[in-house]
Amino acid sequence: MTGFFQSEFFHNYKRSSSAIIGSALMAFFAFAVLAGPFLVAQDPYDIAALNLMDSYKPPMWLEGGDPRFPLGTDGQGRDVWASILYGARISVFIGLVAMIASCTLGTLLGLIAGFYGGIADAIIMRIADIQLSFPSILIALFLMSAVGTGIDKVLIALTAVGWVVYARTVRGSTLSEIEKEYVQAAKVAGLSNRKIIRKHVLPNVLTPLIVIATIQVGTFVLIEASLSFLGVGVPITQPSLGLLIKNGFDVLFSGLWWTSVFPGVAIMTLVFGINLFGDFLRDELNPRLK
Amino acid sequence: MTRQIKSKPLLAVQDLHTHFHTFAGTVKAVNGVSFEVGAGEVMGLVGESGGGKSVVGFSILGLIDSPGKIEGGQILLDGQDLVSAGENRLRQVRGREISMVFQDPMTSLNPLHTVGRQMDEVLCLHSDLDAAARKQACIDMLESVGISRAEERLKAYPHQFSGGMRQRVVIAIAMLARPRLIIADEPTTALDVTIQSQILKLMRQQIADKGASMILITHDLAVVSEMADHITVLYCGNVVERGKTRELIETPTHPYTRGLIDSIPDTAERHDRLKQIPGSVPDIRNLPKGCNFKDRCPRAQALCAEREPTLTAQHGSLWAACHFPLKPGELA
Amino acid sequence: MFGYLLKRLIQMTLVLWVVSVIVFLMMSFTGDPVFMVVPIDATDAEIAQARRLLGLDQSLLVQYGKFLTSLVQGDFGNSYVFRQPAMTLILERMPATVEMVLVAMALAIVVAIPLGVYAGANPNSRISRVIMAGSLLGISLPGFWVGMVLIYLFAVHWGVFPSSGRGDTAEFLGLRISLLTWDGWHHIMLPAITLSLGTMAILLRMTRAGMMEVGRQDFMKFARAKGATRRDVLYKHGLKNALIPVVTIFGLQLGDLIAFATITETIFSWPGMGKLLIDSIYRADRPVIVVYLMLVALIFVVINFIVDIVYTLIDPRITLK
Repeated sequence: MTGFFQSEFFHNYKRSSSAIIGSALMAFFAFAVLAGPFLVAQDPYDIAALNLMDSYKPPMWLEGGDPRFPLGTDGQGRDVWASILYGARISVFIGLVAMIASCTLGTLLGLIAGFYGGIADAIIMRIADIQLSFPSILIALFLMSAVGTGIDKVLIALTAVGWVVYARTVRGSTLSEIEKEYVQAAKVAGLSNRKIIRKHVLPNVLTPLIVIATIQVGTFVLIEASLSFLGVGVPITQPSLGLLIKNGFDVLFSGLWWTSVFPGVAIMTLVFGINLFGDFLRDELNPRLK
Repeated sequence: MTRQIKSKPLLAVQDLHTHFHTFAGTVKAVNGVSFEVGAGEVMGLVGESGGGKSVVGFSILGLIDSPGKIEGGQILLDGQDLVSAGENRLRQVRGREISMVFQDPMTSLNPLHTVGRQMDEVLCLHSDLDAAARKQACIDMLESVGISRAEERLKAYPHQFSGGMRQRVVIAIAMLARPRLIIADEPTTALDVTIQSQILKLMRQQIADKGASMILITHDLAVVSEMADHITVLYCGNVVERGKTRELIETPTHPYTRGLIDSIPDTAERHDRLKQIPGSVPDIRNLPKGCNFKDRCPRAQALCAEREPTLTAQHGSLWAACHFPLKPGELA
Repeated sequence: MFGYLLKRLIQMTLVLWVVSVIVFLMMSFTGDPVFMVVPIDATDAEIAQARRLLGLDQSLLVQYGKFLTSLVQGDFGNSYVFRQPAMTLILERMPATVEMVLVAMALAIVVAIPLGVYAGANPNSRISRVIMAGSLLGISLPGFWVGMVLIYLFAVHWGVFPSSGRGDTAEFLGLRISLLTWDGWHHIMLPAITLSLGTMAILLRMTRAGMMEVGRQDFMKFARAKGATRRDVLYKHGLKNALIPVVTIFGLQLGDLIAFATITETIFSWPGMGKLLIDSIYRADRPVIVVYLMLVALIFVVINFIVDIVYTLIDPRITLK
């Protein structure tokens, strides 16, 4: 651990204000997501805890505000702050799990394509090419429209659009890696393909994935929010930040802005933090820029 | 080979300091360099890579970009200082009075502009010729650097030329406004060995025809020994030895120069095997006290760690910065 | 040249064919469209008959064969909801979407390129840092939320811009165009700004990266050694080189704009084909979804083709093969 604190990475991290702000925002959301339910008095999904008398209260600093509801309430008397904390859990959960699934699937397919070549390579990369020429949001929207709403379905749709970028990267670095002498030597020495991949290829192709994975969590949070906003994402019983915005949009024209504006601010800060940190990682891990 | 030197030099660099202020510390790439180039002379600037040679060239043209900065000294062109000159004056100097040939011809031309357009740019900047006259001048110039079918070639893009041909184009561009001084920064390093001598021959002929002077920056003593009238040897941003080419090659007095000469295959004077200077260039961000070369020097003594040697006159035309210089005939 | 065109044409057809297979397969799993066409109180026999009429009782392969045949013939069937040819419905709404996308793209370019060039040429200046932070914010924003905030501020709160609809249109070559009327411009501003932000941020970052990359190139320094001004070097030698990677993603960005237009149109009730798609998804109006997807696929394929051609015009090193 002391090695880490003396490393160049940590040294540059301390000097980069965007890295510090980015990771602070990420840490804040990690805390909010883990500790959220303990931070607020009201469980926004417990119907019994809601009181219609509390509905449409503005944020506490405005006239008619109530200190129990710092960011105001929605039409059912649900605390907006509490909804955000609960909604962020769903958004972050979806972003992380879909990223891990995409990364696993994409890396696997990329290794197969790069290491074995041939027909497998041709098929995988053709699909990737076609998919890349279409915007992810459209593919996800189309998939969701076919399979219906639900967290599991959102995860499937996001993974279906997310694997491509890993597959292409991994395939590229695998190709350049297996050209190298040590892999050739391992082959001559009679190591099994599986062992060569696991011991020699995989560790060397993973670094560039860190940046992609980081930024992808932010992208996924945004795509999920868009899907949910359109009503084809998460179900109404498990509102993510995007769905909160959609629900708030319906009352926006009556001037009740807080139910939709604050969840949006939450998404923005979360994704902004991720992107700030991702930018720093890209500069650090990309040896070409050094 | 040696020509008459006029009393007043064309270019005089005096105590030049160019530093780079990076996060990791100040890099004193050029740290008190002085030399002179007379009209029609070829001056060889020699040293290992990372020795600050290119920075000298860019400093002369005022092309040091942030985080680099000229921290002191003077660069006198006809007695007029360029360090204190403004950007407008420098732009008149660049290309017209002093031009430069870069190391890698593959990257020194803009890939998206035709060769003709890139040549024409120089004449637009530095002449009053009309379009037709400019075109003719470009054609003549291309022909004089040995490119046939010049008129057609003006419409070609750089990627349609080979490396050697591109360097000819670069030289043509550098010569186009008839500058009085050419700075050639490793002009043949990136080229095939067979092409190298052609390009050197071309450059020698070009400057002779036009009466221009040249600063030839290179790590290759064999190249300068053929081309240059004078040689200045740099080490860690300092001049360690200078003098007329023949004396410096045949009887160097600085152990570093000796080491460089011994590592040339052709001129390695009948030693049994090729020698190499032991060790490597010290970290230029924090140079040791005393002589910079002492850690690699076979003649180093206690004094060398104490005091930095200054340039002092040696035999003949040679000057060297060494406490214990070699005498003629003495081996390192 | 002819060989290249032929090769591209085959490629494009292949892509469209793959898309048709995927669209068909996915559509087959969507909720049963038969209930969209029969009355609520229909008997089993009526349902079975409707199923037969729609061809839903046959095997998937036969259904796909029919599907493909009608696609090739340009017959996409009638909308279950509007009972009109789906193609006509989409084509009617396409000009609205296209003009919004074009205005958004124009906005993005006009803002992004100059700012990107500035930030790339002066990477350490304070203004550049602000520009870069702004662009990072631009890619971190949920576009639909920005649209809502704009609606709240400019339409609900200050009432200076309309919140929905297309406004007056004028007829041009048989198309209804908003951009020909003042009212149309008034309506298009908020949606176009909303739509443009993401693309603006990405183009800006690409331009800056290209500019910084090109700034390190030898030929830039060589141009300065010729005596050219810093400004000339930057714009005459640098910009074109810096824009090559920007052109590469231009096609993708145009695609993104068309895709995100679905959301923007939904927020601003903009009567384009994107809003129609979303409405059709809610109503499981299969023919309309299919037409939309196939048409958009065709548009993307054509855009990519055009980008490749433009690429060769900018970069003499690239030839059409």
